[in-house]
Amino acid sequence: MSSDNKKMIYGIFNDDEVVLNAVGTLRKKGLKVKDVISPFPIHGLDHELGLARTRISICCFIYGMTGLSLALLMMYYMNIFDWPMDIGGKPSVAFYKNLPAFIPVAFESTVLCAAHGMVITFLLRSKLLPGVEPHVIHPRMSDDHFVMAVQASNESDVANIHAQLKSAGAISVQ
Amino acid sequence: MHKESELRPPLILGDKTWHDITEDVCRPVESKANKWWWLAFTLSVMGLLWWIIAVSYTLGTGLGVWGLNKTVGWAWDITNFVWWVGIGHAGTLISAILLLFRQKWRLSINRSAEAMTIFAVICAATFIVSHMGRPWVGYWPLPLPNQFGSLWVNFNSPLVWDVFAISTYFSVSLVFWYSGLIPDFAVIRDRANTKWRKRIYTILSFGWVGSAKNWQRFEEVSLVLAGISTPLVLSVHSVVSMDFATSVVPGWHTTIFPPYFVAGAIFSGFAMVQTLLIIVRKVLNLEDYITIYHIDMMNRIILITGSIVGVAYITEFFIAWYSGVEYEQYAFINRATGPYWWAYWSMMTCNVITPQLFWSKKLRESVFATFIISIFVNIGMWFERFVIIVTSLHRDYITSSWTMYSPTWVEAGIFIGSLGLFFTCFLLFARVFPVIAMSELKTIVKSSSEGQKKKAAKKSTQEQHA
Repeated sequence: MSSDNKKMIYGIFNDDEVVLNAVGTLRKKGLKVKDVISPFPIHGLDHELGLARTRISICCFIYGMTGLSLALLMMYYMNIFDWPMDIGGKPSVAFYKNLPAFIPVAFESTVLCAAHGMVITFLLRSKLLPGVEPHVIHPRMSDDHFVMAVQASNESDVANIHAQLKSAGAISVQ
Repeated sequence: MHKESELRPPLILGDKTWHDITEDVCRPVESKANKWWWLAFTLSVMGLLWWIIAVSYTLGTGLGVWGLNKTVGWAWDITNFVWWVGIGHAGTLISAILLLFRQKWRLSINRSAEAMTIFAVICAATFIVSHMGRPWVGYWPLPLPNQFGSLWVNFNSPLVWDVFAISTYFSVSLVFWYSGLIPDFAVIRDRANTKWRKRIYTILSFGWVGSAKNWQRFEEVSLVLAGISTPLVLSVHSVVSMDFATSVVPGWHTTIFPPYFVAGAIFSGFAMVQTLLIIVRKVLNLEDYITIYHIDMMNRIILITGSIVGVAYITEFFIAWYSGVEYEQYAFINRATGPYWWAYWSMMTCNVITPQLFWSKKLRESVFATFIISIFVNIGMWFERFVIIVTSLHRDYITSSWTMYSPTWVEAGIFIGSLGLFFTCFLLFARVFPVIAMSELKTIVKSSSEGQKKKAAKKSTQEQHA
């Protein structure tokens, strides 16, 4: 996260409303607020930080449609095209005639692909995998403290950011 | 920030802060188990051992060791399968449907209810595997080409739908549960003061830190998973019911089955949630989070679904008469007055009469009464599946093949053993995993906890006086 000439400064807060307001105030003053780490989701924070809306639900829809198509194709190939069977006097003769019986499997397959595809995308995009070492800034940032990360462009900026974070309600700055 | 009337009952009792929630939920994970836990765990493991013996004996010798015969080809195996799958449904209902309806009271109970779902579906799956008799060819219901065994599977068959429904349900529930657990594992990781705990929870938490983008995606994933799990959970028990409904067996061949099975599943699932949580809240000291209000809310769901189930029983009976089909009529008369009348009337008493007691607010808010009634419902719903399966089969179209069914010790062993398996899993869960979704519960501390409500009430009276 931090490199030599670009330093991250972390302001520690202990209230979600304070940190939410602070993001807006500090951004208006021209500070580069990069991220806020919180123990629980804060509503409206993504808007204040200027984050784009996540497109993960669009991915989910595409995965779902893929699952639906694959299931229909599979059932068509196996029961209609490759080896049609006549069981109990109910021959598998045409796809559209068999379609009602194919709906349950088509539905389950849609859900299966949509759910797993979305969660895998979520984990990969958020770099969440077993073995990933977390960047723990404050030991209570998953408990009841909030961390605001502000980027300083040069050394002279640091003191200013410290002061700004303090005045916005940070209980400590590191 | 979400605001809520201070008149609404609080969802978190006591003046709890975010840190108190962390402390209270992490305590069971970070402390040593007491003797009650060890006692329960020992009993469960003994049940599990019995399960291993009974299943090994079945698979080693053959299905002949069960009480099945050529007329009654399904009995305790499928009864237990349907019973367990049904129990699982409450977890998904709480975490998915109540999320869509924005019911905040779900937050204290969703984690443990979802855990119950996972373990119940595992128990159900063991009956599928053991009733195959030859589980080494258990891949036959999968769509595999000829050289792996049989022909392509028949997608017109509800048993194949069931393979897809149950496996999708299990894997999606598991993923839903685990994705919610990631932030809470991170809490335990950040608090860990021993090397091994730190290492294990670092792996389990996948490197989660809770940045704004991660939370944004996390919330979207939860919402969409809830949206697709809702039709999924309704479809699963519908498909299970179609295992029966698409056949031509009198008593099974009923269009009412899908909604009736889903209502019954939610009914029995909530009863099992009550049975478990009444013990969990006491043993793990979570009475401030799983309050009488939560118990009351779940009892209301038991009351409504119990009434739906009661109406379904009566409708079935009426339709059997109204259809004019004498086989259908006989199947129902035989259920109520035939040799298995005691099973039928146990079902009617436990499922139709006992939940009606919950019209009384006093009983709904009584922990003891809830516990007893929840046990009755669990028993009643087991009898429902037994009645549907065995009484419909044992007297079929040809009177010469009429017979009776009684289980052997092996079947009883697998059933009792599956309870052992279930409780072993649940007890381990209660010690290793955070039993309450901490990060989700923390979002309602400012709106729905007792401490905050008192402060808000004080403030508003001061404003009125000023």
